Amino acid sequence: MYDADKIITGLIIFLCLITFPIYYNIATGKAAYRPEPKIVTEEKQCVESKGYMRAKHMDLLEEWRESVVREGKRVYVASDGKQYTMSLVDTCMRCHWNKAEFCDLCHNYVGIRLNCWSCHTLPKRD
Amino acid sequence: MFERALVGSRKYWGLIVVLLAIIGVGFICYLKQLDYGLGITGMSRDVAWGLYIANFTFLVGVAASAVMVVLPYYLHNYKQFGKITILGEFLAVAAVLMTMLFILVDLGQPARVFNMILHPSLRSVMFWDMVVLGGYLLLNIVIGWLTLDAERKGEKPSAWLKPVIFLSMPWAISIHTVTAMLYCGLAARPFWLTALLAPRFLASAFASGPALLILFCLIIKRFTKFDAGKEAIEKVAQIVAYAVTTSVFFLLLEFFTVYYGQLPKHMIHFHYLLFGVEGYTGLVPWMWASLVLACLSLYLLINPGTRRREDFLAAACAAVFASIWIDKGLGLIVPGFIPSPLGEILEYAPTVPEILITLGVWGVGFLVLTVLYKIAVSVKEETAA
Amino acid sequence: MMKVSRRGFLKATGLVVIGLVAKPLFDTLSRLELPQLSARLGTLTGKRLAMVINLKACLAKDGCSDCIEACHRIHNVPDFGNPKDEIKWLRTVPYEDAFPELKHEFIAKGLKGLPTLVLCNHCANPPCVQVCPTGATWKREDGIVMQDYHRCIGCRYCIAACPYGSRSFNWRDPVPFIKEINFGFPIRTRGVVEKCNFCEERLAKGLPPACVEACWEKKVLIFGNLEDPNSNIREILHLHYSLQRKPYLGTNPQVYYIIT
Repeated sequence: MYDADKIITGLIIFLCLITFPIYYNIATGKAAYRPEPKIVTEEKQCVESKGYMRAKHMDLLEEWRESVVREGKRVYVASDGKQYTMSLVDTCMRCHWNKAEFCDLCHNYVGIRLNCWSCHTLPKRD
Repeated sequence: MFERALVGSRKYWGLIVVLLAIIGVGFICYLKQLDYGLGITGMSRDVAWGLYIANFTFLVGVAASAVMVVLPYYLHNYKQFGKITILGEFLAVAAVLMTMLFILVDLGQPARVFNMILHPSLRSVMFWDMVVLGGYLLLNIVIGWLTLDAERKGEKPSAWLKPVIFLSMPWAISIHTVTAMLYCGLAARPFWLTALLAPRFLASAFASGPALLILFCLIIKRFTKFDAGKEAIEKVAQIVAYAVTTSVFFLLLEFFTVYYGQLPKHMIHFHYLLFGVEGYTGLVPWMWASLVLACLSLYLLINPGTRRREDFLAAACAAVFASIWIDKGLGLIVPGFIPSPLGEILEYAPTVPEILITLGVWGVGFLVLTVLYKIAVSVKEETAA
Repeated sequence: MMKVSRRGFLKATGLVVIGLVAKPLFDTLSRLELPQLSARLGTLTGKRLAMVINLKACLAKDGCSDCIEACHRIHNVPDFGNPKDEIKWLRTVPYEDAFPELKHEFIAKGLKGLPTLVLCNHCANPPCVQVCPTGATWKREDGIVMQDYHRCIGCRYCIAACPYGSRSFNWRDPVPFIKEINFGFPIRTRGVVEKCNFCEERLAKGLPPACVEACWEKKVLIFGNLEDPNSNIREILHLHYSLQRKPYLGTNPQVYYIIT
């Protein structure tokens, strides 16, 4: 390799710079900003546990989508045996109707652009 | 080897800049299309495919036609084609790339294009078209690049390349056959529902592709020290002459069956193309222009006196190219949709953004071709020196 | 430093890439769905949903469009007001356009130019399903030809393959052209194909298709299961002369027309 030392030095500097936010957070002990999504609902329990939903909600939604659209099966049996209609708008969003403060807050933070809402729409609510 | 594309004359860089400008304009229009939707084109409720798919179909033919110089050289050991096979293979690379881009710009949801691989459907001809086009692109890149590299080093190409080259020959036929099958298996569209479509596609491909190759050889000869050779060009011109004749013959056969058979649902589409229906005549001048150009090229190519003169040959090749671009482009796609299955007539004309996007894709193809030809010609010049 | 030639490096890279690609490729190919013969032949699988349209009883000739309005309202079908962008799930066309092979100079007075309801025929042998490269459109066990708006790539091959002009493409954003959005049903995004779904979402709730409900008293539209020998729809087809659109194409439409 030509100019190996220069290239490797350059790479190291680049890596340091691009991973800087991680060191910064570790060093200061707290993230500079953390999104706090709001849950506004009378229900006490989501279809699955909070931890599961936090980690796996996207998989669950995709599973629901495949089940309803492709297999025509619309009833979800949760791990606690309760039954739910698999529907983004009618089930999920009935509780989590504050999409801007619930869905969008985190998704914007991590830079995920979803296209759910180009087809699924919510009625206006205050 | 690629570094040869990075040094060149003023004219070379001038051409690159012009092509980049055309691509840029097309790209801006494509961003607009992404934002507004495909409604920005002339396509409509009834005419679901237009200029993009027309160019796609035509260019699959150009890509397949490389076999017309590869086959005589490798299979029949026709040495005269030694210099131009590389030009044929690189032309195929650029053409296949354009076909893929034309499919991409025609998709309503281009971001989901990988659904074709994630959820493939073996019953869909489109799946197989993707497979054969992808394979053909790979074959031609590998073959073209490695043979040229071997030539540069003054070596013989690796032995394993030989079977790959043989594979590329039937593969070339397959890309155009499968592309014809996209259309000729649709019972809903009587205009395309003919077993003659694949042979017609191949005949017109073997005319339009080599015609383009002759034009490129003449241009390259004028601007560089590389000469494909009089005998090679003469031979390709003969191939074009036979292919145009066959293509026109097939077209006339189609006309006979449709017009003598008198089946209304077949006839009405041809009628729309040739004479117009209920006062709608959008394609009529184009189709007659195509037929006149085909006759003109037949005269110039069959007559040895004109075929052997470079200026007449160039004119004949341009005529072949234009004639087939119309006949196998809009002349093939649009009448399939007019009248609609319900007998309604909604005419089609491409819009300005649609034309600019189309030119942009051609720009990408020509850019790739320019770079590849620059490399090939530089290597040829070096080895000749 | 270990001596690695450029050629050797490229070879190793190539092997790594092949290794990474091989497993997913194998997984994908190993679960390809092969064409099911039974689906093509329409063998008895328990349920076969179909519709009968009583042509002469239909009041479209007097300007009635209740069924069309109900369908388009419930399914958020936009109204562009121009034929270029038009999207239609259910519409009327002149009798001669719906049945072009039955057209002649002396068509009975009551039939000539008669507004005829047309919709997706939910063919037993659907050509749109055959050509779709991604499985975005497929036939359910009960015969409904479905469209998955999530998977559709917008190639419009199905539109080319449909002999009935029953499929529409979203040439542009439909939202501004929907009078009032029904939040219970998705709207569509630009760049996907859509069509009548036999009100699959209503059937799941035990409701009849919206068009059938809108026309409930006039009994122009009859919906039912053809596999059930005691069904109303079977009896009607048993008693009346019926037509299918373009039956010679072998698609076997499941929308039947009676002329009485």
